[in-house]
This record gives sequence, structure tokens and C-alpha cells, in this order.
Amino acid sequence: MWLWNKIKQLAISFRAGVVTLRYPFESRPAPEDFRGQPVWDHAKCIGCAGCANHCPARTIFLRDICQEVRILLYDSSRCTYCGRCADLCPEKAITMSDRFELATDNRQDITQTIELFMMTCQRCGRCYDLEIKNYIDRLSRLGYRYDSLEVRKVIQRSTADFSPEELEKTIGYERPGRLDK
Amino acid sequence: MTVLKKLAGRAFRRSVWVYHCNSGACNGCDIEILNILTPYYDVERFGIRLVGSPRQADAILLSGAVTRPTLPLVKKAYQAVPAPKLVFAIGSCAIGGGCWYDTYNVTGGGEKAIPVHYFVPGCPPRPEAIIYGVALALGLVEKKVAPVELKQMEFPVDMYRQARLFEVNNVIYKLLGEEDDRLDSGRK
Repeated sequence: MWLWNKIKQLAISFRAGVVTLRYPFESRPAPEDFRGQPVWDHAKCIGCAGCANHCPARTIFLRDICQEVRILLYDSSRCTYCGRCADLCPEKAITMSDRFELATDNRQDITQTIELFMMTCQRCGRCYDLEIKNYIDRLSRLGYRYDSLEVRKVIQRSTADFSPEELEKTIGYERPGRLDK
Repeated sequence: MTVLKKLAGRAFRRSVWVYHCNSGACNGCDIEILNILTPYYDVERFGIRLVGSPRQADAILLSGAVTRPTLPLVKKAYQAVPAPKLVFAIGSCAIGGGCWYDTYNVTGGGEKAIPVHYFVPGCPPRPEAIIYGVALALGLVEKKVAPVELKQMEFPVDMYRQARLFEVNNVIYKLLGEEDDRLDSGRK
């Protein structure tokens, strides 16, 4: 009886055949909608930094080394392959390839570096504003002025240490309402 | 001694017993690791077996960004593996922390905790990718990736020309002199 069961099992397993893939010795392409390693087309890229701003894993970095040259660094090792960079690229310079055999012994093997030329501003002849890095100074470009009393009302003042004098000033303080009232 | 080392190296390659170490993964990578043991991707043809204890293992398959509570446990598991040992970081989290590389309770990848020898990126990596990574360590396949450096060698003159065309075609104010010239040329 035991032997008969074994023979039946053998017959069942022979009917099924071999399902094991010979994977590392024969290629096995990924399905069509598979998102593999993203690939940059450096001829199309305009260096808008949309991919760098939207990457959830922050794997795309931009370095402005000088005027007119911007370097885009992509580190594929931490990438989650979500495909957001390819979705929002305005020039369609990024495509999600079907490459998935990315295993290495060195993390530097799966990085991409792209050197980009940038267009200059027609008014000032430069690419970036590398001089004014202070955010308050940058506000002056939008029309902010220190001596405007209306705007000064809104600014909160603070001290490094607790001061009772500043606290006294706040007694009977009313929040500024709408400026146009 | 060298003969013995060679023999040991060959024996090591013939049957790698792996220990699956989850250090706070989302279970995506774990399911893919279990997937390679199924009859479809049968890895026992390379002598790879999943074992329950790091003391019996030759290699660690590390998945998940190493979180703060699991950090001492991962270190202990690495120390428990006998000496010729390999560590595979499976998935983006184990390689560098993935999305959580700078979070307050994440160490930031397996490399911060233990030395990692092979990296298998993917979120999660396909079962084929994991098999490829292990086969790379065993010397069955060759490495397929290399660092890519791209440069816009040509200055993008085309972009300047496009801007110039846009200016010419969308003229709001025309100078009187230009108008006269154009009229003159039309007469000729």
C-alpha cells in the first residue's frame, strides 16, 4: 500500500513536469510595466531640478559648481524605484528601464553623474544668484522693506534668554488684524 | 595552508547556508527572499539553504533599515556566524536606509551596523535579482553595472536658437524702422 502511494505520487510529479527556471544561466526579461533603474538622457535634460525636489528617498542631488555648469548626482542604491522622477520630468528625459540586475560589491557602481550646461539670464547674464544667500535679503527682491511699519507689526520679536521686560510689553497686546481693515 | 584555503573556498562556494535577518523591514523583501526558495526559483540547486540559526549559517541576508532596537541584535547575529562569512544587503533599506536614511530611530542601513559585502538594490528586489546577487558572490555570473558619467559636451546652441525664434515670432512692439525695411523688401 505504501509503495503504491509512492508510485502514485511519482506519477503526479512526472505529469507536472519541471517548472524550475534556469535563471542565472539564461536571461529572464522583466515584465513590460516593471520599473527598473531610471536612465537619464543628458541631451534632453534642462536641469530644472524637479526630480531632485520630488524624490522621496532624496537620491538625486544637484551641485552648482560654477555659473553655467550644474552637476546632477543620482545614487541608485537607496532608490525606491517609484518612478516619480520619470512622471514629472517636463522634457521626458528620464525613462524607467527594465534593468534589475544591479547587485554589486561596491555602492559606487550604481551611481550616475550628469554634467549640465545651464542657460543664462537675459537680464543679468548669470545662471544663479550665488551672492545673496540670506533669506531675509532675498525677501527684498520680492518688495519687502524693513522700514514699512505695516509689515513690522506682523514680525514677532524674540530674545535668546527670557527677559521680563519683553513680557511686560506683551500685556494688553492684540494680534494685528487684517492690514486692509 | 594555501591548499587548505583553496579547498575551503571551493567548499564554501558549493553550499552557502543563509540566515535571513530582518531588521525592521516592511516584509516586502522578506517575502521575496522566501520566494527564491520556492520550486519556481529553486536555489537549492546551488546548495543554498535557509537555516534558523546564525551559528549554522555561512551568509546573512539582511533586510530592512537597521532600526535602533534591532541594532544590537543584528550585531550579535553577525558575531554568531562562523568565520568565513558573507553579508548580503537585500533591498534599498538594508543598503542605505531607503527613504528613512536620516530618520531619528533608524541607523541608516546595514553598513552602519556590520560590514556588508554585496548589495542587492530594489524596493523590493525581484527574486531574480536576489538570485543574481547570490550567484555573483558564488562566481557564477559577471557584474553588469558600472558607474555612469554623462556630459553635455555640445553647448546647447539649439536652445538659444529656439529662444531667438520665440522672440522673433512673438513680437509685441515693432520699431518703425524695421517695419519700413520689411515693406521695402516686400516691394523689391
